[in-house]
Parts: sequence; structure tokens; C-alpha cells
Amino acid sequence: MIRLILSRIGLGLLTLLAVSVVIFVLTQILPGDVASSVLGQSATPETLAAYRHELGLDRPAVVRYFVWLAGVLHGDFGTALTNGQNIIEVLWPRLRNTLFLAGYAALLALPLAVGFGILSAIREGRLTDRLANIVALLAISMPEFFVGYLLILNLSVNHEWFPSLATVGADTPFGERVWAVTLPAVTLTFLVTAHMLRMTRNSVLSTMSTAYVEMAFLKGLSRARVVTRHALPNAAAPIISVIALNLAYLVVGVVVVENVFTYPGVGQYMIDAVTKRDVPVIEACGIVFAAVFITLNTLADVTAIVLNPRLRHPR
Amino acid sequence: MADDQILRLEKLRVETITGRVLVDDVDVTLKRGEILGLIGESGAGKSTIGLASMAYARAGMRITGGTITLAGTELRASTALYRRNSRGKSIAYIAQSAAASFNPGMTLMDQVCEAPVTHGVMGRAEAEVYARKLFRTLQLPSPDTIGARYPHQVSGGQLQRVMAAMAMSCRPDVIVLDEPTTALDVTTQIEVLALLRDLIAEFGTAGLYITHDLAVVAQIAHRIMVLRHGKLVECGETRQILEAPRTEYCRALVNERREAEHLVLSVPDKVAQPVLRVTGVTAGYGAGATAKGAIAVVKGASFDLARGETLAIVGESGSGKSTMARIVTGLLPRWSGTIELDGKALPPALAQRPKEVLRRLQMVHQMPDTALNPRQSLAEIIGRPVALFFGKSRAEVRVRVLELLKLVGLPEDFADRRPGQLSGGQKQRVCIARALAAEPEVIICDEPTSALDPLVAEEVLKLLKGLQDRLGLAYVFITHDLGTVRRIAHRTAVMLKGEIIAQGPTAEIFAPPFHPYTEKLISSVPEMHTTWLDEVLARRGGTAGLVAGAADRPADPATAAHLAAADPAAVAEAERLAAEQLLAEGRGATALDDLQVEVRNLKGMLEI
Repeated sequence: MIRLILSRIGLGLLTLLAVSVVIFVLTQILPGDVASSVLGQSATPETLAAYRHELGLDRPAVVRYFVWLAGVLHGDFGTALTNGQNIIEVLWPRLRNTLFLAGYAALLALPLAVGFGILSAIREGRLTDRLANIVALLAISMPEFFVGYLLILNLSVNHEWFPSLATVGADTPFGERVWAVTLPAVTLTFLVTAHMLRMTRNSVLSTMSTAYVEMAFLKGLSRARVVTRHALPNAAAPIISVIALNLAYLVVGVVVVENVFTYPGVGQYMIDAVTKRDVPVIEACGIVFAAVFITLNTLADVTAIVLNPRLRHPR
Repeated sequence: MADDQILRLEKLRVETITGRVLVDDVDVTLKRGEILGLIGESGAGKSTIGLASMAYARAGMRITGGTITLAGTELRASTALYRRNSRGKSIAYIAQSAAASFNPGMTLMDQVCEAPVTHGVMGRAEAEVYARKLFRTLQLPSPDTIGARYPHQVSGGQLQRVMAAMAMSCRPDVIVLDEPTTALDVTTQIEVLALLRDLIAEFGTAGLYITHDLAVVAQIAHRIMVLRHGKLVECGETRQILEAPRTEYCRALVNERREAEHLVLSVPDKVAQPVLRVTGVTAGYGAGATAKGAIAVVKGASFDLARGETLAIVGESGSGKSTMARIVTGLLPRWSGTIELDGKALPPALAQRPKEVLRRLQMVHQMPDTALNPRQSLAEIIGRPVALFFGKSRAEVRVRVLELLKLVGLPEDFADRRPGQLSGGQKQRVCIARALAAEPEVIICDEPTSALDPLVAEEVLKLLKGLQDRLGLAYVFITHDLGTVRRIAHRTAVMLKGEIIAQGPTAEIFAPPFHPYTEKLISSVPEMHTTWLDEVLARRGGTAGLVAGAADRPADPATAAHLAAADPAAVAEAERLAAEQLLAEGRGATALDDLQVEVRNLKGMLEI
């Protein structure tokens, strides 16, 4: 089992390496040229060349890739081309903000989704089940910016319960921070709950048709006990992988929500960089997103391995 | 109601939610301590009745009429809570597949103790003590520690016994046994059957024993009820049903089962050139013989198959007989050895074989349900090989399909049906027609009748036999059912742990002097008289003697040694068999290592 886990982790690292190559290659073919966009239309070819040399853009791509990779491995993402800021210094607090928002949303969405998913399975076909499904579907059917503006309109403009802008600084106290990001967190919850809820419900229900669940019923156990003790543990693996996917989406997919609430997260930073063709920043954001995504999925795989009784207790 | 009646079903009616009647107006009465056998083909409603006696209906079914009276209380009129509390506590269930009926993520002890603790019959500690007592009664190896294991860590026969312990954990009044030995090998079936019978007798429990095998139920039941299409056909004392069945259907059932006990075919004429020759073939799973972690499933197997001949390959599950089929057809490339078709060597892998070879070697699978594409019509299914191998036009293909349908005894208008509209036996006929469409010389039949009901299976066997006589086909017939072998095979090869340990004309294989393993296999097939089980057990020195061999599980050597010491006769017997086998195969007395392996194998074979 240990070997299986290690190989899974190794595979994750390998994927991350492959992603870094893809990100690097893709940013190279991004249209436009940093030098001309920074120096403006009036720059002469000589000044452009000199500027490119200064940035190291005239070296071969392979060399630049390894220089960049070595830097990343040392925690050095280089400096932003447009304003010369050290990327890691800007990125780190923003990443913390993004993770804070994602964590907050996960804290709301996870118990809601798994709890109602299990409840739906226990009360399959009854009112609770249908209601949970309809509400979850409604929530996922609305675009996130729409949900966001709807929340702003109702809860901050009409009632002034929450701020419409989630602007937080490095020194914002914790309580105020929570209050400020509540609306974006709720918006994200709307987005991810349905998927996890339906997966939990369906996964539990598919184990409900197994012979050992029938056996559990024939032993005279209550439906709640059968679901929680016999069906749920064996349904866990697919649920966990869907949860991991959604958690990753919470981090990676917040771009729109961050924009709606002008929240200083990584997504906003990345969009900014794309419009300015600031390649090192794009690369840094890309690799951070990829790392989060791959870490969460590897974690899900490892959890599924650990939960498998056949692997935990070999013959 | 008489005092000694523990369970009574009256005018029971079960329907699907779409209104199809599954069980129609069936009455069942069960006295305390009595065992009633429920017999019938699949779809006869036996399992449905078994479950209905617990006032339980599977998803999609409903109990729509009648009464279910358990220990004086009518369950259908009771509250849901009362019904739930009587399940597991007053009436318990033993399912067919133990492997599927245990939660893979819970220890055996947790699952056995769940019912008594939940129903408040015992506390957890007391329930564990009681469970260990049951494990001991059921002769499970290391009864004190086996409860800590997970279902995948014990064998199928052991799991079936743990399930019996689980059913007994609340000392129920009635126990429903739904084909409890059907999924087991014949040699394992005997021991489980004997232990179940003793257990039920010891606790005075009443039993509803559901099975499709008359010979099995004859060993255990006081009375037998025969069902068909959800209706009662006949009910009577076991002896009366076996010896003087009153209805036509019962007579057919009994006769079919008896026929399996007699040899039908004679030895065929010798043919010089075999159509299929397999020599020293070894194969298994993994990258190859030398690869790490590779497991050889078939070791050095050789056999010849002549035109117009049937060779049966028999053995228990895990003996490698189905793998043999995969090797010959090329689905599993062999590691070494040769396979010749009409004197020409065949490449190991399917992909390397020319189309002509594929045409001449066809296969019929075990499960007709999964071997046919449900979205294709029979004309498409059967027409495909005709078009592929002979490149005929659409009209010609159609004509050939109709011919083939007629050949396998199906009406021509079936051509435009889909498999879903056919019964199991009809589907298997379609599979045979599809194989015939290629005009093959050899057909590999992998348990083609084991998913079918006895009477239907007999029809399919007759069809195969008739086709062989008319078309001169050669069959490799893989099966675990010795009754089938007796009826269809000219020659028989017996497989044990990947090796062919005996082969020859069926009449010789089935007559003394037996190979010891063959003898065991043959004597394990239940026979149609009520005292068969007792006779076999007496011959083998009782269940204790049988199970002592099982003690040699490497998982627990201490107990193994203990149990073996308790029954030196069984061990001595196993060793004698091993020595005999060695001598028979002429490997010489120096092969001490081999001898030890054989002893282990043979003891493993005795293992439940």
C-alpha cells in the first residue's frame, strides 16, 4: 500500500512537471510582445532589442525554461516585466487571500453537500430528496456573476448587511475579513454544492443495490444505519474524488467571482497579467493553480487507497 | 393455529410494480425444527417467497396479497418497526453469494455481532463470545481470531460458514437459506451442507431451503415444495417427491437429474490426425513466465481433439479450465508450448492469427446474457460472421441467417428480434448459431449450460450433440458439472491447480481405478437419494475428518498443527494420496520437494 501511495505521489509530481512545460510553451506563443507593449509604439528596433536582451528574451526557449524552472524550485518566480516587482512578494498574500476564500466556501459547501447528499439517499424519492436536488440544480444553473450581483443587490445594496466589495488588506482583522468575503464565499457555494451533493447521493444509492446492503436490511437494521454504516463507507471513493475536483475548482475557478467582488486574489492578478502580457506573472499563477489542482487530486487518490479495505488489510 | 407452526404463508401474492405476478397464491407452512425445500427453475419465485417470509420485497417488487404469520404474529398487519425487529432476530437469511453479501469494509466479527447488538439480544462482549462458539461449531479455522479478518481474507467456503454464524447470531426461530451452496465447488459444497444441517438440527431452527438442485435438497429437507412460474406444482415428503412424483413437471425434473448419473456416450473411434493438438502449454497472468509477479494459471497442459469428438475439461473453480479456453482461442497468449490446428502451429495471440484460423476456431461463452449485444437484432448478430468470413451479399447473408436459426431450433421470425426478447436457453442457441455461422471445425464451449436451468440445459446439450453428429464438429467442453460430462463427452481431462492430472475416455475416467482427485470430485456430486450425504460423510470419516485437511492454511500454522494433530488419519490420507499421485505420474521418489507441494495441494483441496 505504501508503494502504491508513493507511486501516486510521484505521478502527481511528474504531472506537475509536464504542466510546467505546457505552461511555458503556451505562454511563449501568446500573441504580442512584452517589449513593444512596455516601450510603446514609438520604440526603435534597437531599443526593443536591447530591452529584450536585458530581459533575457533573446536566449533559446529551452535555456529560458530551465532557468525559469530552477528559479521556481527555489521559490523564485522572477520579477514582473511591467513594474519590476518581485512576483512571489505580490503573489503570496494574494494566494493566501484566494485560499482563505476557497476554504471559507469549502467550509460552507462541504457539510451542506455531503450532509444533504446522504439525507437524499436515506429519503430517496421523498420530498427531502427532490427538494435538495431541485435547489442544488437551480443553484448550479445560474452563472456565478449573476448569483454574485444578485447577492450584492439584495444583501448589500437593499439591506446593507454585507459589503458589496470584498476588499481586504494584509492587516484586516480576522472577523472583518470573514464578514467581507461572506458574499463571494456564498456565491462559490452555490456553484459547487450541486455537483458534490448529487455525486454523494448517487454513489450511496448505487451501493444500496449491492447484496451486502440487502443483507444488512435483512438483519433488521434501520435505513439510516444501513446507509451510514454499510453504504457510505463503500461509496466514499467516488465522493472523495468529486470533492477534490470541486475544492480545486474553488481555488482555480474563482477568477470571475474575484472580479465581481474585486477581491485581491490570484485570479485577479492573473487576469491583470494576461492583459499586460506579463509572461512571468502568468507562468507563476499558472504553476500555482496547477500545483493546487494536482495536490488536491493526489490527496483524493491517496485517501481512496487508504480507505480501501483490500489494500489496508492484505491477505 | 397449531402451536408447533412457526411460519405460515397463506395465499401469498407478489407482483412487480408494473403488475407482473411473480408469486401467485402460494401457501407455505413450516413447523418448528422442520426443513422445507423450495425447488424450481430460475424465475419460479423461490427467492421471492424466501424473502417474502421475512416480509421483505426487493426493489421493484411488492407483496400484494396474503398473510405472513411468524410465531403467531401476522407481519403484514404489523408496524414497519415490528417487521424490522423480527428480521435478523426471529427470522434470518443466508444468501447465495457470501462474497457479495459481506460488507467489504467491515470485519467479520463486526458484521456477525451487528444483529444481536442492534436488536438488544446481547451486549457486544456476549455477542462476540457467542459468535466464537458458533465459529467453533462450524469448524472454522482459528475460531478465536477469524472474526478480526475482513471478508476478502477468507475463502468462499469459510465465508459461507461465517454467514451461517451471522444468521444464527440471534438464535432465530426460522432461517431462510437461499441457495447457500450453489456458488461453491462440489467438494466444498458437501462440507458446508453437512455443517448447515448439523447446525440447524442442533439449534432446533426451522429452515426454508431454497435451491434448484433436487439432489442437494434431498439431503437436508423433510418436505419439498416444487414451484414453477410462481405457482405451486407439488408439495410432499422428500422421499415421495424423489421416488413417486405425482405431476408431469416433477417427473421431468427428477428424471433429468437421474440421467446425469448415467454415462450415455461410448468411446469414439480413434482418428489418426487430431484436428486440435495442444502440447505442453503454460500460460497465466503477468508479463510472461520470467516476469516479476507473474502467476502461471495453466502449467504444461497437453491434449488432443479429434474431429467429431468432444473433450470435456473438468475441475473446480480456480483449476484453470476457463483459462485453458482463453489460451486456445488466443485471448490469453501462451508463454510456452504449442497449439496446432490441423497440423499447423497457431500463433499465441489472437491478433497474430489469420482470419481463416479465427473462422475455424469458434467459442460459445458461459453467460449468453452478456455475450450478445442487446442493441443488435439476431440477424445482425448471426449475420456478422457470415459477412466477415464469406463476404456474402446482404440477401445471401439473410438466407444463411434463417438457415442457421433453423439449425439451432429457433423460428425464422426470431431474426428481427433482439436478445432482450429471448429466454436464457434461446439466447444460448443464438450464441451457438453465431459460432456455427463461421462454419468452424472446433468450438470451445466455456460452461455453456451452467447459467441455464436443468431442463433447458438438457435441451441445449441435445442440440450440441445433434449438431456434432450432423456437422462433424469437435468440441472442447469446459464445465464443472460432472453430470454434463457424462452426457456429452467422449473423452475427459481433469484439471487441478492448473495441471491436467488425468485424461482419457470418459468411461475410463469415471470408472475405477480412479485418480484420487477424480474420485473425490465424483463422490462429491450429490446423488438423488436422501442418505447420500450420510454415506459420503461416513466413508470419509465424518466432517471432522474432512475439515482437518483444511487446517493447513498457511495463515495460521499453530491452529493448523493443532487440528492436524487432532486428526492424524486425515493427514495420513492426504499424504498417501499425494504419494500415489507421484508414483502414478512416474516422477520418482527423489522429488521430495514436489511431494511436499503435492501434500499441500491435496490438503488445500480438502480445504473448505
